[in-house]
Amino acid sequence: MTAVAERPAPNRLVDHFEFGLDAPICLTWELTYACNLACVHCLSSSGRRDPRELTTQECTELIDEFERMQIFYVNIGGGEPTVRPDFWDLLDYAVAHHVGVKFSTNGFRITRDRAEQLAATDYVDVQVSLDGATAEVNDPIRGAGTYDAAIRAMDNLRDAGMKDFKLSVVCTRENISQLDDFKKIADDHGAQLRLTRLRPAGRGADVWEQLHPLPHQQRELYDWLVANGERVLTGDSFFHLSAFGSALPGLNLCGAGRVVCLVDPVGDVYACPFAIHENFLAGSVRDGGFQHVWRHAELFRSLREPQTGGACTSCAAYDSCRGGCMAAKFFTGMPLDGPDPECVKGNAEYVTAGDRPTPSQDHSHKGTVRNAPVPVTIGRRPPTTLCNESPVTAADFASAAGGV
Amino acid sequence: MLDQAWTLSDSVALRPEPFGALAYDFTTRRLSFLKDPGLVDVVRQLREHADVTETLDAVGVPSSDQPRFRAALQRLADQHMIVPRSPQ
Repeated sequence: MTAVAERPAPNRLVDHFEFGLDAPICLTWELTYACNLACVHCLSSSGRRDPRELTTQECTELIDEFERMQIFYVNIGGGEPTVRPDFWDLLDYAVAHHVGVKFSTNGFRITRDRAEQLAATDYVDVQVSLDGATAEVNDPIRGAGTYDAAIRAMDNLRDAGMKDFKLSVVCTRENISQLDDFKKIADDHGAQLRLTRLRPAGRGADVWEQLHPLPHQQRELYDWLVANGERVLTGDSFFHLSAFGSALPGLNLCGAGRVVCLVDPVGDVYACPFAIHENFLAGSVRDGGFQHVWRHAELFRSLREPQTGGACTSCAAYDSCRGGCMAAKFFTGMPLDGPDPECVKGNAEYVTAGDRPTPSQDHSHKGTVRNAPVPVTIGRRPPTTLCNESPVTAADFASAAGGV
Repeated sequence: MLDQAWTLSDSVALRPEPFGALAYDFTTRRLSFLKDPGLVDVVRQLREHADVTETLDAVGVPSSDQPRFRAALQRLADQHMIVPRSPQ
């Protein structure tokens, strides 16, 4: 038996995790639904601020509670967290109270000054989102100008001396072929590449059919992850791909309500960041505090019970993939005790998906957004040369020159 | 390392859990798992004793278990989770 493990072998410890811990290991805190962008796959359907969002004082009280529970770090997201006017103060407050922060950003507000401030702060990590290694692939998904903004932010962080910040990529049908290019961008900035799975949650449900990787791309992704090992982070995103062969680095289990949870901008606590829906709502921090929800919510207690694998139990790969992602099944209308919609054994084809659930919240922008996703049909690549599709073609030129 | 005085690093916090404890190093951002409640006791008490052997005896670790406890402490030392302490 090993008494110390940096990354536990999937034996005893996993059993403890399935039973639930006294406090989460991975807590995501969406600080606001407000966002300057309108990404087509936003998990939280963000855009407009919610008037009921936690006040600054409620946020600091929540941080105090995290400190008491020894939640060593939180992943802050949104929306775009930096649009909250008190964001930088909350960041300082958390760090001063022994709650480390890793926050996700689209990079628009990571100026040179902010980058220097971040580089000088201990216990802070930054995750810059980019979903294409070129603007042509990224901007249709994240919005016009977002590729340049993310690269500029990473330039600023590198120039400020920030080490090992994260370049965070959601893997889609459009960018699986760019994995090496993403790795290069990360390496060039002294950053670490983090790949995560596209989820059909929030607005992601609307683009899931067009954007989720095709079966042969799943294989390509798996092989790439195996080849690159622990140098690439995944947030344990791809455990459903472990059914291809050997397990990927990580815990390889669904941590929802066991070691993972989400606090949303109004203080509601959900089982995981990909499950913002009333069916996965455990309670509110406004109603007795976070610790009470984590330890006593009925939903969390039931998630910590042994789960049935349903139809998957008879599959040889069940021990590797554990039936995949609960949220992915739920939002595609599939039974929770059946295969993942991206089951690599192809078992999802034998399941009749029901109706997709009605979203229980939507904070999407209603009006125009300056950096809206570039209006092209997803999947259409720009022409490689102008002449290929230009109305003024070489044939016209030839004709004018007295040819045909 | 057995005859040296050790202590938990100042930058490391332990969080008790049913299986033992989570150990988090705020400097390296490394999260480790101490998968044995006995090991957590040993790590906490290192600072009270002159050396590792004395700590293991004080916590009551049976001699048959001491080799794996020493190996575990060696790994924690390699990660700077525990650090040498100057004798008082």
